[in-house]
Amino acid sequence: MSTDPSVTPAALSGEVHLPEKLADVEPVRSVRTPIRLEYDFIPGAASSGYLNAFADRKILGQRSPVDGAVFVPPRGVDPRHGAATPDYVELPDTGHVGGFCVTRLPIPGRDDLEIPYVSAWIHLDGADIGFLGLVAGIDTSEVRMGMRVRAVWKPDDQLGRTAENILYWEPSGGPDIPVTAAGTNAWHAKQITESEEQAAGEGR
Amino acid sequence: MAERLRADLVLEYPFTRTTGPVIGAFLTGLRERIVLGIRRPDGTVLCPPTEYDPETSAPLTELVEVGPGGELVSWTWVDPPRSQSPWGQPHGLGMIRLDGADTPMVHGVLVDGPDELSVGMRVTARWRPEREGHIADLEGFVPEGAGQ
Repeated sequence: MSTDPSVTPAALSGEVHLPEKLADVEPVRSVRTPIRLEYDFIPGAASSGYLNAFADRKILGQRSPVDGAVFVPPRGVDPRHGAATPDYVELPDTGHVGGFCVTRLPIPGRDDLEIPYVSAWIHLDGADIGFLGLVAGIDTSEVRMGMRVRAVWKPDDQLGRTAENILYWEPSGGPDIPVTAAGTNAWHAKQITESEEQAAGEGR
Repeated sequence: MAERLRADLVLEYPFTRTTGPVIGAFLTGLRERIVLGIRRPDGTVLCPPTEYDPETSAPLTELVEVGPGGELVSWTWVDPPRSQSPWGQPHGLGMIRLDGADTPMVHGVLVDGPDELSVGMRVTARWRPEREGHIADLEGFVPEGAGQ
C-alpha cells in the first residue's frame, strides 16, 4: 500500500472503523494536555550584573568589541561574532517602541495583566537591539512604531534585583523616531549613515 | 562580590489538543472502559493505536477491542512518584501487552511493593469511577484476580 501525500489520509478524514460497542457514543475530539516545568534559574555573570544593577535603577548593556553594537539584556557574548563582551554600558531609561502587539485575550496565570495590554520591543537610546516591555499610560490605539517612551519604575523602597522594577513604559513626548530608523531598522540605518559619511569623507 | 542570584521559575501551558479520529477513538474507548488497538495490514494489532503504519506509513483505520487483561512485559518501580504524577504513592511502571495486541503500552502497575511484580505476570485494567476521555481514565493495571 503506497501513500499519496496529496490525498487526505483516512486517519484524518474520519473514516475509521470502530467496534460495535462504540458505534453510538459521542466521540472524544479533544484532550487536555497541560505541561508544567518547575526549575531554578541561576543567572550567569552577564545576567547577574544586569539584574544587580536594577536595584540601583540602572539598566546595563554590553558593547561588542567587534563593531560597537550594544546589547541589552547583556549575555556576555556578541552572538553574531562569537566574541566575548566584557564591557558593560549604562543605558538611559528612555527609548522608543520598535514593534508592538496589542493583546485582547487574557493569558491563563496572568490575572495581573488587564486586557487589552500592549507588549513591545523597547529600543533604549544607545542600544542596538530591543528588549520586551509593557507599554501603558496611553490608549492602545495610539501606540505606534517609533513612539518615544520612558520607564515607569517601582517606588525606591520596592526595588529589587529584577527587571520587574520597571512597571511599564509610558510615552515621553517628543517627535517619533521615523519608522525607517525605528526598532530593528535602527542598526541598519546607522550602518548606512556611517557608510555614507565614510564615502563623503573619501570624496573630499 | 554580590550574593548569587536565584529564582524559582515555572513554565506552564494549559494546552487542549484536538485528537483526530484514531486517538479520539482510543480516548472514547477509555471513557467507555474499553481499550482499543488498531490493526495493521499484516493482521497484527498496535496498542496504543497509531494513525499510520510504523513501517509503511499507510493510514490505519480498523480499531479493535483488546484487553482488559494482559501480560507484564517489563517493569520498573517508582519511589517516590514525582509531584505531578497521577499516582500519589510508590507504584510500578510497566510495559503491558494486552490480550489481542502485539505491542505493549506503558502504564502504572498498582501494587504495594516491587516484590509483587514479575515479568510475564497477568494483569488487568483498573478504571477510575469518573472518566472523561483521557489516558488517566485508566487508573492503571493490577494483578489479575486482585479485584478491579
